[in-house]
Amino acid sequence: MVRLIANDPLDGLVPVQIGGVDLLAPEVGVITAIAPYDRSKTALSGALKGAHGLGFPAPNRTTGKGVTRCVWTGRCQAMLIGPTPDPALATHAALVDQSDAWAILRLQGAGALAVLGRLTPLDLRPDVFKTGHTARTELAHMMSSLTRVAAQTYDLMIMRSMVQTAVHDLTTAMRSMAALDG
Amino acid sequence: MRVAGKGQVDRNAPVPFRFDGQQYTGFQGDTLASALLANEVRLVGRSFKYHRPRGIFSAGSEEPNALVTTGHGADQTPNQRATMLELHKGLEARSQNAWPSLRHDMMAVNDLFAPFLGAGFYYKTFMWPRAFWERLYEPVIRRAAGLGALSGQHDVGHYDKAYAHCDLLVVGAGPAGLMAALTAARAGADVILADEDCCFGGRLLAEEEEVAGLPGRTWVAAVVAELESLPNVRLMRRTTVTGAYDQGTYGALERARPDAPTDAPLETFWRIVARGCVLASGALERPIAFADNDRPGIMMAGAVRAYLNRWGVAAGRNITIFTNNDSGHRTARDLVASGIEVAGVIDARTDVARSGDYPVFSGGQVTGTRGRLALREVEVSHAGGQQILASDCLAVSGGWNPTLHLTCHMGGRPVWNDAIAGFVPTAGAVPGMIAAGAANGAFTTAACLAEGAAAAAQALELKTTPDIPQAQDGAYDIAPLYAVPGKGRAWLDYQNDVTVKDVKQAAQENLASVEHMKRYTTQGMAPDQGKNSNVTALAVLADATGRGIPETGTTTFRPPYVPVSIASMGAGARGKGFAPQRFTTSHAASVDMGAPMIEAGLWYRPSYFPRPDEATWQDSCDREVRMVRGAVGVCDVSTLGKIDIQGPDAGAFLDLVYANMFSTLKPGRVRYGLMLREDGHVMDDGTTARLGDSHFVMTTTTAAAGQVMHHLEFVHQCVAPQMNVRFISVTEHWAQFAVAGPKARDVINALLEAPIDDATFPFMACGPVSVGGVAGRLFRISFSGEHAYEIAVPLRYGDALFRQLLAVAGAMGGGAYGMEALNVLRIEKGFITHAEIHGRVTAFDIGMGRMLSQKKDFIGKAAATRPGLTGPAREQLVGLKPVDADGVLSAGAHLFDQGAAAVSANDQGYVTSVGSSPTMGHMLGLGFLKDGRARHGEVVRLVDHLRKIETLCTVCDPVFFDPEGGRARG
Repeated sequence: MVRLIANDPLDGLVPVQIGGVDLLAPEVGVITAIAPYDRSKTALSGALKGAHGLGFPAPNRTTGKGVTRCVWTGRCQAMLIGPTPDPALATHAALVDQSDAWAILRLQGAGALAVLGRLTPLDLRPDVFKTGHTARTELAHMMSSLTRVAAQTYDLMIMRSMVQTAVHDLTTAMRSMAALDG
Repeated sequence: MRVAGKGQVDRNAPVPFRFDGQQYTGFQGDTLASALLANEVRLVGRSFKYHRPRGIFSAGSEEPNALVTTGHGADQTPNQRATMLELHKGLEARSQNAWPSLRHDMMAVNDLFAPFLGAGFYYKTFMWPRAFWERLYEPVIRRAAGLGALSGQHDVGHYDKAYAHCDLLVVGAGPAGLMAALTAARAGADVILADEDCCFGGRLLAEEEEVAGLPGRTWVAAVVAELESLPNVRLMRRTTVTGAYDQGTYGALERARPDAPTDAPLETFWRIVARGCVLASGALERPIAFADNDRPGIMMAGAVRAYLNRWGVAAGRNITIFTNNDSGHRTARDLVASGIEVAGVIDARTDVARSGDYPVFSGGQVTGTRGRLALREVEVSHAGGQQILASDCLAVSGGWNPTLHLTCHMGGRPVWNDAIAGFVPTAGAVPGMIAAGAANGAFTTAACLAEGAAAAAQALELKTTPDIPQAQDGAYDIAPLYAVPGKGRAWLDYQNDVTVKDVKQAAQENLASVEHMKRYTTQGMAPDQGKNSNVTALAVLADATGRGIPETGTTTFRPPYVPVSIASMGAGARGKGFAPQRFTTSHAASVDMGAPMIEAGLWYRPSYFPRPDEATWQDSCDREVRMVRGAVGVCDVSTLGKIDIQGPDAGAFLDLVYANMFSTLKPGRVRYGLMLREDGHVMDDGTTARLGDSHFVMTTTTAAAGQVMHHLEFVHQCVAPQMNVRFISVTEHWAQFAVAGPKARDVINALLEAPIDDATFPFMACGPVSVGGVAGRLFRISFSGEHAYEIAVPLRYGDALFRQLLAVAGAMGGGAYGMEALNVLRIEKGFITHAEIHGRVTAFDIGMGRMLSQKKDFIGKAAATRPGLTGPAREQLVGLKPVDADGVLSAGAHLFDQGAAAVSANDQGYVTSVGSSPTMGHMLGLGFLKDGRARHGEVVRLVDHLRKIETLCTVCDPVFFDPEGGRARG
């Protein structure tokens, strides 16, 4: 019988450490797009809490923490990251497996904020973009979803086909900042 | 000449450098300009037009004369201001615009012809013959004129772009700026303090005066130390705020420290978003125009003071001062106190009291100067008569102009203020920006400190402000003098060689509006953008036209405040940074097979898969086409857009966006769909599969994937918000491969856990499959006309599946095929791509008019039936075959009737796609021809004017191969 071996598009690209900033690939699990149907958001949020212990996030926010999170990604849309979704959620929302559509890169360290300042126009001042906040934004010249998961830790969701460019742009900015600090 | 005991350079840290090949030594803390002056180098450049010898003029970014080039080859950077270039070890600077040398410049001959080269000379002189302008005059003039030169090579330097956000942006770190920053910072606001100098302090670094009972520099150091200790403050030295834009956005250019590591960015272009802004950019001293006022050694009085007090450099050994305000006397006092000889202060005011140990010529004016490569003598006329003063430096002050450029960037105009004889900013000219201190026309240190604090408090709505320290105060006593009347050329714009005479001539020729004068004379159009010349030039214009300065008005300023390198604005956008690269899962395997990759949008796709015995791409393409028609081929089609559509109204929504019906499609089946724009023209096509009652997957073309997603969102949000439907792009989740050819099913069955046959999987079926334990999807669709499938697995398995498919297909005489073969296969079948549905065609044009459903409404339906969008006058999709089998067809060629001239009036249509068909044995083309469907069998002339191709073609049905479609269904 045929056997298909899974490839990780981030293999060989990360982890990278430059000037005290780390770029790595966190453990992700399953990524599911959840798009609640009309007038179903409350019911969905309840079902999510029951099944996975987190509610449906408000715009630009996340719910949950650690390995199970729900990240707002657009109008009527969020990504459940971590667990395989309870099939019963499909009563309230369109569920679409996105595990292979996105790569999640994690940027962490004291200089992470400055690196992102070279790549995204978002106001990421710690008091403005707090832990648990998220936004769809431009990263260099590609689209991304950026989430602050801890004080100095940011997760970037990038379309899989573009991970090489994302790592190129991120490491270029990391080198630039390291040189300035050096 | 260096002055003992003066200045803040580090005398224990000598820095060697070279200028025009000559070795010199300066000190840590010097600029190139201060170090050259210390070494008594007077001649530093040649002017733009007349190649006049020029010396250092100022001490800041407004410098018009001392422009130099640094670096060599690809590292060469021209037009750097010596006044802004920090001295560092290994600095090598070269003068510009002179040949063969700065001292002996052949082009100085221009100066002899100056009477013929005045304003507008080329408009008048080079009128005829007309053709000579482009071929002769302009190239010659361009070679003769100009400042620094680019290397012509790719810049190897590293540049950056960055973003920053703050509550208050303070532009300029003089007394007003420091006080504004301190006020905001102590209140807890996020503050960015930016100054183009390498050190904060502004004029306080250049003057001998006290603030809060301390030497100015000591007070500055204490404030900077406090700001540095606060976490809410970002200090940006060497950063020029270059532009003010909408909604509190400012552009800023940061230069690297001279000792920065080689891999640090040379320049960073910042976009700063600020809730409020305090403009504390200070003021620029303005010159006075008099005969021969451009000789090396003639400079600004404030600059002479700055060189003395900040860098410990005397700009001359015997200095004369020409002034119309107290600034000149301040220079004289500082010079005398440092033991430097002052030949005299020529004060245009008549009632000047002698205030120091130097001669004063009140009611005096400079009427001329002598000295070719350096100033020797100053000719003076004063109340007591005429006099000639021997002098190697003439320090001039005609007053001060507030640096209000940023307030003009959104269309604001400054207003004239008689008290300071200068323009001041209009409040509110840039929303959120408040001018303070000298930039606002407040010229004493005490006023600067008070206005800085008040502006910050106003911007942030603070209730309290810090105590304002004691500082120098007093009146600003000025008697306006812009140009000394008399013969001889008096320069206004040093950089563009514009004189008083040029401005008067513009007025005489009725170019009397300030905007016309600027364009006619080029005053204010050089890299310094009129920083030194604007007010004086329009005062001369006002005088020449008999108006006052307020009536004459002023030209305003556009961004950027200083020249910004394109390299910094486009930082990162070259090589891999030019555009994102999108790679499919089969990329590595395709490259391993030697496939040249071509760009399809951002995607990289294989063009063809060469074999060792194939000489050209055509050989590979022919083989791949024959392979698909005869056995089986595998092609990565993951780049096509895939959109998951779910919800109770999914079917109804598809009926709305597609021209044909989708709600009747049975689960497990696929249908071809045509999507129109609201204007009735074709937007995109593709297949949509029904996976369940309320679950569809739509495919789009590669090119229009984003556009279709956008369209669906638009239709849902704006046209049909009542429909309960959701869409999510799954393009990136699935790796999808076309398997096409008579042996396609054998290949598929070799991989599937449960084999399929015609009964379980007929043409246009779809369904879930299992491939080696991986849940995938199978679609029986064909873009080649062959029995074909598309098989999809989650992306992580794409590489593995592609290699497996090739292994199985290879054993059956098949293999991979690329874009070239894919294109030929689809042309043979008359299948369209965006070459055909290019935005100007209707469903009628492509022969799909019958797909427009009569049973429902859909986007574009009403518009598609407009008169003129159907009928025989339309250019309709046809096939084209060469009359002679070896005839060449080309895409982009136009079609004409036989015997008609190949001119646009006779145009009958055009060719959109061509391919060399190994199946048919000749080239094939698709194109659009007027009333084409009624003209099958007719012979037309294909003419490609660009490629010089002319071929007779027979018009035919666009489906060349297997018109019944039996191969795909069978």
